[in-house]
Amino acid sequence: MLAKHEIVEKNSTLLLVLILIVVSIGGLIEIAPLFYLESTIEKVKGMRPYTPLELVGRNIYIREGCYNCHSQMIRPLRDEAERYGHYSLAAESMYDHPFQWGSKRTGPDLARVGGRYSNEWHVAHMINPRSIVPESIMPGYPHLATTPVKTDDIAGHLQANSGVGVPYDEGMIDAAYVDLMAQSDPDADGVDDLVARYPKAVVADFDGNPAFVSELDAMVAYLQMLGTLVDFDSYQPEENLR
Amino acid sequence: MNPSQQSLQVHPTTYLVGVALAVGSMIGLLLMAKAADPVMAFHGLVFLLACVSGVFLLIHRHYNGANTRAVSWSGADATGVEYNDGVVKAGVIASAFWGVVGFLVGLIIALQLAFPELNLDLPWTTFGRLRPVHTSAVIFAFGGNVLIATSFYVVQRTCRARLAGEVAPWFVFWGYQLFIVIAASGYVLGVTQSKEYAEPEWYADLWLTFVWVVYLLVFLGTIWRRKEPHIYVANWFYLAFIVTIAMLHIVNNLSLPVSLSGTKSYALFAGVQDALTQWWYGHNAVGFFLTAGFLGIMYYFVPKRAERPVYSYRLSIIHFWSLIFLYIWAGPHHLHYTALPDWAQTLGMTFSIMLWMPSWGGMINGLMTLSGAWDKLRTDPVLRMLVVSVAFYGMSTFEGPVMSIKAVNSLSHYTDWTVGHVHSGALGWVAYVSFGAMYHLMPILWKRQRLYSLQLVSVHFWISTIGIVLYITAMWVSGILQGLMWRAYDSLGFLEYSFVETVEAMHPFYVIRAGGGALFLFGALIMVYNLWRTARGDLRDEKAQITASRPAAGRPAVAPAE
Repeated sequence: MLAKHEIVEKNSTLLLVLILIVVSIGGLIEIAPLFYLESTIEKVKGMRPYTPLELVGRNIYIREGCYNCHSQMIRPLRDEAERYGHYSLAAESMYDHPFQWGSKRTGPDLARVGGRYSNEWHVAHMINPRSIVPESIMPGYPHLATTPVKTDDIAGHLQANSGVGVPYDEGMIDAAYVDLMAQSDPDADGVDDLVARYPKAVVADFDGNPAFVSELDAMVAYLQMLGTLVDFDSYQPEENLR
Repeated sequence: MNPSQQSLQVHPTTYLVGVALAVGSMIGLLLMAKAADPVMAFHGLVFLLACVSGVFLLIHRHYNGANTRAVSWSGADATGVEYNDGVVKAGVIASAFWGVVGFLVGLIIALQLAFPELNLDLPWTTFGRLRPVHTSAVIFAFGGNVLIATSFYVVQRTCRARLAGEVAPWFVFWGYQLFIVIAASGYVLGVTQSKEYAEPEWYADLWLTFVWVVYLLVFLGTIWRRKEPHIYVANWFYLAFIVTIAMLHIVNNLSLPVSLSGTKSYALFAGVQDALTQWWYGHNAVGFFLTAGFLGIMYYFVPKRAERPVYSYRLSIIHFWSLIFLYIWAGPHHLHYTALPDWAQTLGMTFSIMLWMPSWGGMINGLMTLSGAWDKLRTDPVLRMLVVSVAFYGMSTFEGPVMSIKAVNSLSHYTDWTVGHVHSGALGWVAYVSFGAMYHLMPILWKRQRLYSLQLVSVHFWISTIGIVLYITAMWVSGILQGLMWRAYDSLGFLEYSFVETVEAMHPFYVIRAGGGALFLFGALIMVYNLWRTARGDLRDEKAQITASRPAAGRPAVAPAE
């Protein structure tokens, strides 16, 4: 059989086609089923798309490369459940384009950091991590507090998400700007509408500076919602064995 | 055929490239004017400048190019084929440049982990933005240029044919450098997709796709011109690398831009599907960019340098097909115990363990090629570098399958053990085989009698080997230590360490690792000096080299006296 290999060695097109076939098989068998096997993503209650402010915060999280040091994926191991909380479900990242599971924990996992610390803690920690945790090796991000968020294209961001399958409806896209402003201002008129559209959305003047909506507001809004959406009281792990 | 007559005519492709560059300039100008964000405006300017420079190069080439083909850009050998070596020379220079940049940024971010004040707390200088600069610079800028340069060299020699196209290879070279500049400047300015080793945004991805297709055509076109009936084994590996990287790159980067004049896009896939697509890409960036491509280098340069034929032809056939078939399945081992369904994790682990065999098949084929020529390791530090690279390849392709076992992975994942594993492959295998190839190519391309100094190669070898050993041992200790600390319980059943206590425990190892990285960078600077002196045509008087590498005086010599 090895003697017949000569045929492949003398025909570059055949070699090319055979290589393409051989390298396609593994990916097709492993990845393609994830798109049609219904068991891939667990049935849960509570998942919703990100609010406009959370989405902006998430984009800052991506921009600053937070994923290089922080995972968002709690493994079903005893110590991780005790340290971080319930193991992560596939459903919890179903609207994440792209996913942020990470691959390294130079810092702790953030999958369920939402609600664990106060807004004030996050603000001080983001500006100077060592003021809160002296042994921390995280960079400081003081410029987030002084940079206003870019608001003019927020509807476009929701639209693009909707284009890749996130269930933002027309109403959400139209109200994107209003919702963004309302989430960082507890006195705004639009707060009730925001919470109706996005249940469990945390509304606060996150950075304590009412003058403008800063990137720090968006970042803290994102951190405060991480891992808080799924209703684990009604979650049935046995029905979601994969 | 008279070369001067041929190049005085304006070839139709020259017009075509000229028009394409003009269109490119317009696109760049349009992006500058209409940009939705400042980074896109900047990248529009970069693209515009690149296209305008391309037009100038094209005109310059037309008026001054009459004799270039015969003189400075070519090297003919005994077979009478006029090889296109100009683009290979440029590739070697670019490799050395980007190598130093990549190692330097690596040292900076290693120091940032040991001394966080070095982040400077400015938007552009934090670890999060610089780490992709490091990974992209070493993998794609250094490794990619080495692969392009050596593949263009090897495919010409083994096919006994001149590189296909005259402008096309140069387009591949400069187009690739443009991609690197756009990608790296984007990271520093905060433009990233956050997919590891696929961070460049949609427009940079589109540009790379275009450059890559031209690369494939140049490579294939040269094979089509071959005067040898057989396609040499190194070219199978190069071809598999080019084709598979194209497939991985396109699928993993599918995304929807928010605006055609803005940098931001949203990935087509989400969550679990996106995660497996990314690590299918990520692991095969290792498998095909950093392994298959560099095995192509091994299959040409190790036999050449040792002046011995490849150990086993049959083994090369078996290990080639099994390697490219099995590698593709290994991605899920990056997602053990995550929300990826268990069946996919188990498949990934199984194939990762099987992958050990073809990997060692390649190692054995490389090492055993030295049969009957082992003595050359004493006298030729370039061959020593190539052979040690294959040994490191064997080591890290054994460690990889071990770490892909779920029980081991539950400890190693998320820790520095992974970082150490990557670097034993990247520094020990990829960089060493590249250094060996560059040292080998330098005198040939610049038509020098030999390298400026073989002793300096030896110094480079030992300094960087000590650097690698410090690096990977520090990461083994810190990784396993941190993994164990995370899961440690006290006698009352509580977690023993808070997270930040485990961070604190890493400090000494981060300092040692940075020291190892500094030695590796220093070694690379010695190499650059050596290559530069070689290009100048200097020769260091080194008769001492031969005696120095003999057994030291006082110890009995095994070999008989001359």
